[in-house]
Amino acid sequence: MHELSVCQALIDEVAKIATSCEARTVGRITIEVGQLSGVEPELLARAFEIARVGTCAAEAQLSIAVPEIVVHCNECGASSSARPNRLLCASCGGYRTRVLEGDGLRLRAVELDVPQAPPAPLH
Amino acid sequence: MCDTCGCTITAGNAHLTGVDRTASSATTVEVLKDLLAANDRLAQHNREHFDAHGVLAINLMSSPGAGKTMLLEATIRALRDRYRIAVIEGDLETDNDAARIRAQGVPAVQITTGTACHLDAHLVHRALHDLPLAGLDLLFIENVGNLVCPASFDLGQHRNVVLLCATEGDDKPAKYPVMFRAADLVVLSKADLLGVLEDFDPARAQAALRALGRDTPIIRTAARRAPALDTWLAWLEEQLSAPRALAPLRPLAGGLTASM
Repeated sequence: MHELSVCQALIDEVAKIATSCEARTVGRITIEVGQLSGVEPELLARAFEIARVGTCAAEAQLSIAVPEIVVHCNECGASSSARPNRLLCASCGGYRTRVLEGDGLRLRAVELDVPQAPPAPLH
Repeated sequence: MCDTCGCTITAGNAHLTGVDRTASSATTVEVLKDLLAANDRLAQHNREHFDAHGVLAINLMSSPGAGKTMLLEATIRALRDRYRIAVIEGDLETDNDAARIRAQGVPAVQITTGTACHLDAHLVHRALHDLPLAGLDLLFIENVGNLVCPASFDLGQHRNVVLLCATEGDDKPAKYPVMFRAADLVVLSKADLLGVLEDFDPARAQAALRALGRDTPIIRTAARRAPALDTWLAWLEEQLSAPRALAPLRPLAGGLTASM
């Protein structure tokens, strides 16, 4: 159940952003969970319900985007969609492919309730 | 498509992301940040420690019972006169495995994770303080037996070795693609049982790995029989003499990407 560890990392990141923007509350949090990230969106959503208690994200909703897997073929140069255990080129069938999209685990956006314009962001 | 949830961010416009203030006091901060960035940063820190001391670090992963500890015992017996070896052991409970390693005459640190299903860079970093890194050539990190969670956490290792046990079935790479995609080497362990496990076809296992876009070598071991370790030991010695720098599991994330 490493989804709970991932949620704690997520809330740490959100807390940093909320603090830097002097936000009163955190609304919607949007993340991207690739099918090759090793994280299960449904389990992550359930873990979030536990992990958010007592944090700045206690009232936050979690939106999870699961992008389609896209591979680039190093042989023929085509890009095509793929399945997690079949990452072959749809064009030439080659296996020398590189995953362009689908292995990410990213925080995309945080909706904040702020009293005024936020200060300069973190870098 | 909307202006609030980040669904409009693509590789082409990510540089334009920033603070979007709507009419109310609700503000959406758009970021593209790797959720495991904190782990990845510490993993990189661990890797720098290893590199500074010239230590090759190998993350050994498999399901429980595939023979990780037995492979390590046999490896230590074969190499301990030529290389200085240590082991970090990850298990939910007990220090049985560390005791088995210490019995081979090399240092071992046991991490008991309680209920956690994987090691992370923080746990490994803490364990490094109990190891004489300056006097080592080779460090094995024996991860918690699990084909799921350990694949997501970079520890700072130079190589990932995944054991596929002959008793497990040749379709494991298809069932656990994230784990097997991370492998630099797949070790088909307990290969001496292949003679009686007729439904395990090593060619099918190799094909399942290929389907993951990987040409990862599969080598066979039988740790109870010393001669069946030759290919594995040769691979290790090759890694020990090769340049170390290797990419982590995922590219390290930057900070906030937006120039807000």
